[in-house]
Amino acid sequence: MGSFLARRLLAVLPVILGVSVVIFLLIQLAPGDTATVLLGPQATEDAKRELRHVLGLDRSLPVQYLTWLARTLGGDFGVSIATQIPVVDLVLPRFLNTLILAFASLLLCIVIGYTVGLFAALRSNSIFDRLTMSLTLLAGSAPPFWLGLILVLLFAIKLRWLPVSGMQNLAGEGGFLDFLRHLILPAITTALGPAAIITRIVRSSVMEALQQPHVRVARAKGLRRQDLIRRHVLLNALPPIITITGLQLGYLLGGVLLTEVVFAWPGLGSLLYDSITARDLPVLQATTLLIALAFVLANIVVDTLNALLDPRRREA
Amino acid sequence: MSIPAAVKDRQAAKGAAMAAASRESARRFWRIRSFCRNHAAVTAAVFLALVGLAVIFAPWLSGHGPDDADNLARLAPVGTPGYLLGTDQQGRDMLVRLLYGGRVSLLVGIVPVLVAGAVGLALGLVAGYTRGFVDQVIMRCLDVVFAFPIVLLAIAIAGAMQAGMETEIISITVILIPYFARLARTATEGVAPMPFIEAARAAGGSPATIMLRYVLPNVFSPVVVYATTLMGIIIVVGSGLSFLGLGVQPPAADWGGMVADGRVVLRRAPHVTVEPGLVILAVSLAFNFLGDGIRDALDPRTIRR
Amino acid sequence: MNVVSHKAGEITLQVRGLTTRFGTPARGATVVDGVDLALRRGRTTALVGESGSGKSATALSIMGLIEPPGRIIAGEVLLDGEDLLKLDEREMTKVRGRRIGMIFQDPLTSLNPALSIGQQIAETILAHQDVSEAEAKQRAVELLTHVGVIDAARRVNDYPHHFSGGMRQRVLIATAISCQPQIIIADEPTTALDVTVQAKILRLLHDLQQEMHASLLLITHDLGVVASMADEVLVMYAGRIVERADVDSLFHRPRHPYTKALLACMAGIEDDRSRPLEPIEGTAPDLTDPPPGCRFAPRCPVAEDRCRKQDPRLLAASDSHAVACLLAQAGPAHG
Repeated sequence: MGSFLARRLLAVLPVILGVSVVIFLLIQLAPGDTATVLLGPQATEDAKRELRHVLGLDRSLPVQYLTWLARTLGGDFGVSIATQIPVVDLVLPRFLNTLILAFASLLLCIVIGYTVGLFAALRSNSIFDRLTMSLTLLAGSAPPFWLGLILVLLFAIKLRWLPVSGMQNLAGEGGFLDFLRHLILPAITTALGPAAIITRIVRSSVMEALQQPHVRVARAKGLRRQDLIRRHVLLNALPPIITITGLQLGYLLGGVLLTEVVFAWPGLGSLLYDSITARDLPVLQATTLLIALAFVLANIVVDTLNALLDPRRREA
Repeated sequence: MSIPAAVKDRQAAKGAAMAAASRESARRFWRIRSFCRNHAAVTAAVFLALVGLAVIFAPWLSGHGPDDADNLARLAPVGTPGYLLGTDQQGRDMLVRLLYGGRVSLLVGIVPVLVAGAVGLALGLVAGYTRGFVDQVIMRCLDVVFAFPIVLLAIAIAGAMQAGMETEIISITVILIPYFARLARTATEGVAPMPFIEAARAAGGSPATIMLRYVLPNVFSPVVVYATTLMGIIIVVGSGLSFLGLGVQPPAADWGGMVADGRVVLRRAPHVTVEPGLVILAVSLAFNFLGDGIRDALDPRTIRR
Repeated sequence: MNVVSHKAGEITLQVRGLTTRFGTPARGATVVDGVDLALRRGRTTALVGESGSGKSATALSIMGLIEPPGRIIAGEVLLDGEDLLKLDEREMTKVRGRRIGMIFQDPLTSLNPALSIGQQIAETILAHQDVSEAEAKQRAVELLTHVGVIDAARRVNDYPHHFSGGMRQRVLIATAISCQPQIIIADEPTTALDVTVQAKILRLLHDLQQEMHASLLLITHDLGVVASMADEVLVMYAGRIVERADVDSLFHRPRHPYTKALLACMAGIEDDRSRPLEPIEGTAPDLTDPPPGCRFAPRCPVAEDRCRKQDPRLLAASDSHAVACLLAQAGPAHG
């Protein structure tokens, strides 16, 4: 197990390096010369000249990359053009908010997906099952940001049950309950798409496990239904379910980004959005880097979980 | 007078080729028949064709232009005479804007998939067939893209560049290439060890010929199925980018941008937000069903003689 | 290998008029059609027939394991006087494994790959008996040794894929007898095994049955197995019992044309090698639309007109021999 983790972490290093290259190159994509891009259109000619010297913009691209890499590894992500605050200070508090939303959505995803999928499989071809299939199809195909707005329309505007946006009461004095009220709609919005996919895979996986011959043999032994389902159906249905759940992380993270914008949730997603609007490229870079790293880490966790569950995967 | 052996051989070969060709066209016929039995897929195909036509012939279908603002008819609800789907906060005809917006949204959904599909297919084919060093290099480079969630990378690239339709298309295309390459590579790895490829190699075919004539047709099916379903997904992703303002700039708009426009008037006139979203949903669903239909039609197990 | 019991053992399981149908009343097939059978203590009853004759469906019906779109629509299954068909699912789980043990056909797919074989034996014991997990595991080890698994104490923790087909079938047999059931149903227990292993498994089954004084219902299409194991034989065709006899009578004095044809299909070692094997012409009837009259008539070499019009019932020709054939019952129409 330990060697698996070590090998996995080693394998991820070149990927992280590649990620850093991509992020570095992002600046090159922006129209205009780099110094202007980094300092903003308001910067003076002197400031730009100094920056060019400091960043070694007169040197070759690979050298620039290495310089940038060294600085980034040292924790210096540059300064935000829009606010002149060091990027690190802007980004870190928001990171936590995004994590909260992401975890809440993941939890919802799993709870909804696993229970609804299981019920649909055990009552296949019933009305519940058919309804579930239709709903998951819709939820999986709808634009998540639009679904969020529909939910806001329904629950926040028409029914007035939940707040429209933000993370807490404007006065900032709402307690945990108020925080939860603000969390519900964004979490559901983010969770719906992946939950739809998970529901479907749970349903098909359990249905397939139910067809296995050993299930009938177990029934013939006189086992109680709950033991039968637990030990002989679910245990065998689980591996593909876990794999697909892991694959949903990407969609989940993408959903979080858009949801934050819709609900003005103060996380990395809305920061990303603001930085694009303000053409604040250092912030854009740092935000993208952080989210990508989080994603890579999450994938390692998923792979480790998979390896724990299925000994055959440890060789991979 | 006896027929020379060489001529006989050529005739036999021609006969075999004709038989093979007619078998192949017979198979294609059965596949199309099989597809036609799938009602959902056929409906989806027809729907998409209608949408495509409506979008192409937009100028001839509409009375007003997409930017014609009628100050007297702002936020007109659905069913207002003259404005079938209502108007937005600037008094612009929603139906017309949806049609014109569809041109952009559909382009952003289809073009990247086609281009990335072609490039990815080629890359995956080469990687999967040649294996070894070339394979490793290609796949390692592409692995970097997999490290990012699609939406994130699309936003980052589009955000760094200048906003616009071309930006969206380029950024999405670049991101999709590795996904196609991986699929094509896996499919190629499945086909390459098969005996008939061995035979072709033994007969003296060059790697390029073998790849094109023998491997490619077998790898084509999963790629086509994937591409069709992916189009539905990319239309949603593209609309997400536009929603964030990375797409075409006002006054032009596409479906995602229209959803964003409707946000400010969500309370008073929900139809401005609901309509474009519904269209995206419908088109995405249609591509989904179409993809399923093609997959089932191409699956040799479901062909019935 | 037969133990010919001179006293007829008491009846442990009595099945009357069992009828099971798949599909809707409008469109469906009656796969088990009015089957009667009686299992006796210490005796082996063989249920023989080709694929699709309804043998497995009969066993599943007795166990209450028929799932929709199948339904048992008539009959009674009396175990110690209690009709199993009237029990609800919860009560039935107490019967399965405890009073009736079943062994299925394919050992390679009958075990859960995710659990150790010890767990799979122990869970049967734990489901029916009030013992601790340690005790159940200990009993599992004993059972494994009893069915011929060497080094049982170590192998009890192994997983199914560590075992060969024959060994897995031994494990499944151990599971089936773990709670000392009165009835053992074995559905084609050796069909999926190598010939050399078949004999050993059959021997094991026989020994266990004798030891436990249980009734064995052996389902098979292999007449060789019947000859070596059974006391009584029921021949099944198209969902019905067409002949019932003790094993000697069946092999030496078969009465139903189908039975005769089955016997003719087999080649004995003493047979003249130049005589060709005689297959039975035709295929089994489509049960969604059975032919009128005798179901075997379309394939029967001696069928007469009345066979196609009148459906024969199973009638006793002598004390231990019953047949469902118009010709066997009353003799041929002429001569």
